[in-house]
Amino acid sequence: MSDDTAWRRSPGPGPLLLGVRHHGPGSARAVRAALDAARPRAVLIEGPPEADTLIPLAADPEMRPPVALLAHAVDEPGRSAFWPLADFSPEWVAIRWALEHRVPARFIDLPATHTLAWGREEGTATATPEADGEAADTDGADAGGADTDGAAADAGRQLRVDPLAALAAAAGYDDAERWWEDVVEHRGGPGERDAFAPFAAVAEAMGALRETYGAGGRDRDPVREAYMRLRLRSAQREFGEQVAVVCGAWHVPALRARSTVAADRDLLKGLPKVRTDMTWVPWTNRRLARASGYGAGIDSPGWYGHLFRAPDRPVERWLTKVAGLLREEDRIVSSAHVIEAVRLAETLAVMRGRPLPGLGETTDAVRAVLCEGSDVPLALVHDRLVVGDVLGEVPEAAPAVPLQRDLGREQRRLRLKPEALERELELDLRKETDAGRSRLLHRLRLLGVGWGEPVRSRGSTGTFRETWRLRWEPELSVRVAEAGVWGTTVEGAATARAEGDALHASALAEVTGLAEHCLLAGLPDALPVVMRVLADRAALDTDVGRLAQALPALVRSLRYGDVRGTGTEALAEVAAGLAERVFVGLPPACAALDPDAAEEMRGHVDAVHTAVGLLAETGGGTETRTAAKDRASAANPAAAEARAGAEDRAAAEARAGAEDRTGAEDPAAAGDRAGMVAGGGRRDLRLRWRAVLRTLSGRETVPGVLRGRAVRILLDEGELAAEEAARLMGLVLSPGTPPADAAAWIEGFVGGSGGGGMLLVHDERLLGLVDAWLTGVPVEAFTDVLPLLRRTFSVYEPGVRRTIGELVRRGPGERLHGGAGQAGGTPGFGAEADAERADAVLPVLRLLLGLDAPDAEEPENDLVGAGR
Amino acid sequence: MTVSVETTDPTTTEGALRPHAEHAFAAELAALAAQDDRPRPARWKLSPWAVATYLLGGTLPDGTVISPKYVGPRRIVEVAVTTLATDRALLLLGVPGTAKTWVSEHLAAAVSGDSTLLVQGTAGTPEEAIRYGWNYAQLLAHGPSRDALVPSPVMRAMADGMTARVEELTRIPADVQDTLITILSEKTLPIPELGQEVQAVRGFNLIATANDRDRGVNDLSSALRRRFNTVVLPLPESPDAEVDIVARRVDQIGRSLDLPAVPDGIAEIRRVVTVFRELRDGVTADGRTKLKSPSGTLSTAEAISVVTNGLALAAHFGDGVLRAGDIAAGILGAVVRDPAADRVIWQEYLETVVRERDGWKDFYRACREVSV
Repeated sequence: MSDDTAWRRSPGPGPLLLGVRHHGPGSARAVRAALDAARPRAVLIEGPPEADTLIPLAADPEMRPPVALLAHAVDEPGRSAFWPLADFSPEWVAIRWALEHRVPARFIDLPATHTLAWGREEGTATATPEADGEAADTDGADAGGADTDGAAADAGRQLRVDPLAALAAAAGYDDAERWWEDVVEHRGGPGERDAFAPFAAVAEAMGALRETYGAGGRDRDPVREAYMRLRLRSAQREFGEQVAVVCGAWHVPALRARSTVAADRDLLKGLPKVRTDMTWVPWTNRRLARASGYGAGIDSPGWYGHLFRAPDRPVERWLTKVAGLLREEDRIVSSAHVIEAVRLAETLAVMRGRPLPGLGETTDAVRAVLCEGSDVPLALVHDRLVVGDVLGEVPEAAPAVPLQRDLGREQRRLRLKPEALERELELDLRKETDAGRSRLLHRLRLLGVGWGEPVRSRGSTGTFRETWRLRWEPELSVRVAEAGVWGTTVEGAATARAEGDALHASALAEVTGLAEHCLLAGLPDALPVVMRVLADRAALDTDVGRLAQALPALVRSLRYGDVRGTGTEALAEVAAGLAERVFVGLPPACAALDPDAAEEMRGHVDAVHTAVGLLAETGGGTETRTAAKDRASAANPAAAEARAGAEDRAAAEARAGAEDRTGAEDPAAAGDRAGMVAGGGRRDLRLRWRAVLRTLSGRETVPGVLRGRAVRILLDEGELAAEEAARLMGLVLSPGTPPADAAAWIEGFVGGSGGGGMLLVHDERLLGLVDAWLTGVPVEAFTDVLPLLRRTFSVYEPGVRRTIGELVRRGPGERLHGGAGQAGGTPGFGAEADAERADAVLPVLRLLLGLDAPDAEEPENDLVGAGR
Repeated sequence: MTVSVETTDPTTTEGALRPHAEHAFAAELAALAAQDDRPRPARWKLSPWAVATYLLGGTLPDGTVISPKYVGPRRIVEVAVTTLATDRALLLLGVPGTAKTWVSEHLAAAVSGDSTLLVQGTAGTPEEAIRYGWNYAQLLAHGPSRDALVPSPVMRAMADGMTARVEELTRIPADVQDTLITILSEKTLPIPELGQEVQAVRGFNLIATANDRDRGVNDLSSALRRRFNTVVLPLPESPDAEVDIVARRVDQIGRSLDLPAVPDGIAEIRRVVTVFRELRDGVTADGRTKLKSPSGTLSTAEAISVVTNGLALAAHFGDGVLRAGDIAAGILGAVVRDPAADRVIWQEYLETVVRERDGWKDFYRACREVSV
């Protein structure tokens, strides 16, 4: 009965159809003007009708856009759709107008119960709930966000007509967005005379388009439009003709089309359904922006908000705002600058034939005048103003967010009740339920919901055990509600939060911590982003110390990941890359350090050493196993050299080592050659690390403590023969070296808790060198080296100290005659090992290592190798 | 010292090695002027739209084809032309080889029909080159007068309402640079010796070019910087465009140096361009790995010289085929400008990017050899 009324230039009988672009500030302003002029008795808005009951909340003083209507399936909170609204959205303006004028407002789009169910049908192909959610998202964005904005809406579906592009092309524009802005959004302010004229023009254009393209490839539009028509009819029955409809311009012709009630009902038959719940959730400008993937359809919410809010002279006000921001960031920007920028923007607009400077012109002007051609401050302007850092707020009266439901369900599933009383919880991660509990608690911690605090496990130090202290405080519910911004399920929200945190993390260590956390919380989906950020940070970080600090945490996460069965391939790759960077950067970073810095660096060297060892072992599969075997055989290159007919690989490595020893100073070169022979990969990390240590040990500019430490590690690794170590020590302890430097070397070599004392006890040659050097230190220098030596020797066990003392007292003379080349064995020991006494130890060792069979061959080999 | 500048007679430039833009493209300029019906700012030979068309190329209604002079974002040319139209001085910034001088010459030619009002900036550019000098014979014989005054190109541009050009602004000593401040803000040039001044006529404007990444430059004072609108000319957008530029220039240079033509050099050229781009942009070509950028500029111009060098090596000492070994040393020299920091960056790049890349083994080895 209504459809025979054509578009009216003035409010009269027949509904007032206001076709808009979602999130268009010009549309919003025009809608307000039109509503003011027409004063309808009811306002119908494109959107899910389930939200009708939520409309009054929009008037709540605590409600602050950007907000979004969130529809989610009750049984499956991961399936959800959003209808984002900013204060410059025409729909929002219409809602507020209706509330202010005490006129009923209703949503008329197809109910979310159907659209969400559609999402489910579509999602069956991809099968994961997240993918479903995304499909629904696209739908939601489509429904609420971007009808006329095909570019953003049809990311998922192909072959859709972009109505704007067609119109823009007809008008001679190559960019549809720009055309719309010129024609609609940038039109004059509220002073425009005919409030309905712009809508008439748009409706006419859309009518022409739809005559040509029909539904334009959007197969669901006819169904939605049928529903809209039905709702419109019932509203007309209730309120008469004085009804206004705010919908995407694309739908206007369809609402005017003649169609019988029966035909419309037919279209709606048999639609799938899913139980749905709706609520308001806070939204952010960043998510309104297209780049974030929610596809609400605009890339400059801040600019649109400004256009909507600015009472007049939008360009001047905008550039003044930009100038204010740049001044806050300590850039010198004068009013003269702003004047010139305005002039440039306006002339550019004339040059490009636009009615008003748009974002493009103002940005060009800001770049050329205010930013002196640099894109760096411009990025800031884009971030803070063009997009804007606005976070919406939702009153407490809004229904619960799905995240709360999901948490409740998880709690029931894992039988983990929130209790106000504090209690401790022991988890055995090998059990399915306990692993689930651990993941949940870790995820909540990521979301800032501090229900559980991890505490040190008592007794056991195994990686499969975790202890938590649980306590549910009432305000945690608020935290959960806040976390609802991040997603609708605990897992989804934690993933989004981890990704967001990674992108905003300032320090490398923060990102590594986050990576560790992601693994603990079982968030494999967040890992790619976190890893990417991590790799980027590592690549740009020039401080080797920080890189060296980050490495152990990463390697630790790798091992945890192994225990929990999370995929850690990407992590291992990043860790290997990080190690590579440390290798390259370490030698230059070790040059010319003061004692404190050197001491710190020694800690880094030790940490990297441990990490490299673990990293080479982790990585799974047979490859590692062979690598381990290779390592065992290559553990002593000198021996490998002697065993001339041994495996090729071992020989090759030994060759590399030998080449290196002959004087090539470059660590990586030798490591590479060996690495290339070995076939690259993670296996050669150890070799390369050893090459780095060799460089360190031989470089004069490296502080003594580091050189000593490097030699010691190489000696322990079996890379350096004892004779070679003694030669290096003799070199350092010769009279040419300043005593303080030599003392530092000794500290690096035998200091710390690494059993350095035992080394001196057992290798009297080394002890002899130290002794001879010490007695040769001049009187005046002795007081300088004393603190260093004291620090070195005071950490030894009393027994070791005593033994050393006794050895020194007993035998200096003997050794001085013997020299380094003596053949008669080490003083204080027999010429050969006492085989009988050595054998006596073996049963105990077997017991300790848990080897029952006495003929277990490989470990025995290992033992022999290690003992050599 | 007296500097006497004589305007070259346009008619005598027939056999010039390199004719000025307004002569080389006189036909295009005339065609544009004939069909240009848009409003022109005072003393402009063309309207701003026509100037933009002249630089970016296009086809006129009567079918005259205007060749593109600048291949790059349209936005840059529009902002530059608009800046001149709004009476602001224009500063073109960019690393070497981004066509700053080329753009400035063509802008001056299109706007004022004369690109010769040029001050070449060097470390020794005196104040007289920007303001005015004296003809001392005249000065001694007749005393100070306008006749004894030798105007600079900038002064003449002011008097005639033309476009003046200052090349390599940042090479000019800071105190001389600042001479421009009065000219740009007051649009006048006082001559205290005569108690007179030269006031800029409408249509006067100034285009300066400067290099923002080279070493040994005198940074512009913020007072001067404020008086310019700045346009940064970007490096070639896509690798293909850059490879094309490098290959073409190398070919030209090679011919003028009589280097034997080298077959199959394009693969190595692509490699050089890739290395340069990746290090310059701080990210690998696939966008997956970030990198540190070395302190050198790594401009297209340097890529050209690396390849030319490699060609000479290949032709005279190698087997005539451009190989990885021929360009490795050149690349190392271009990348490692700061022996400590850049070397680490280069090694990191080699170890984390080049080593892993398929088909780059030979290049990796060659680089390892030269960098030890």
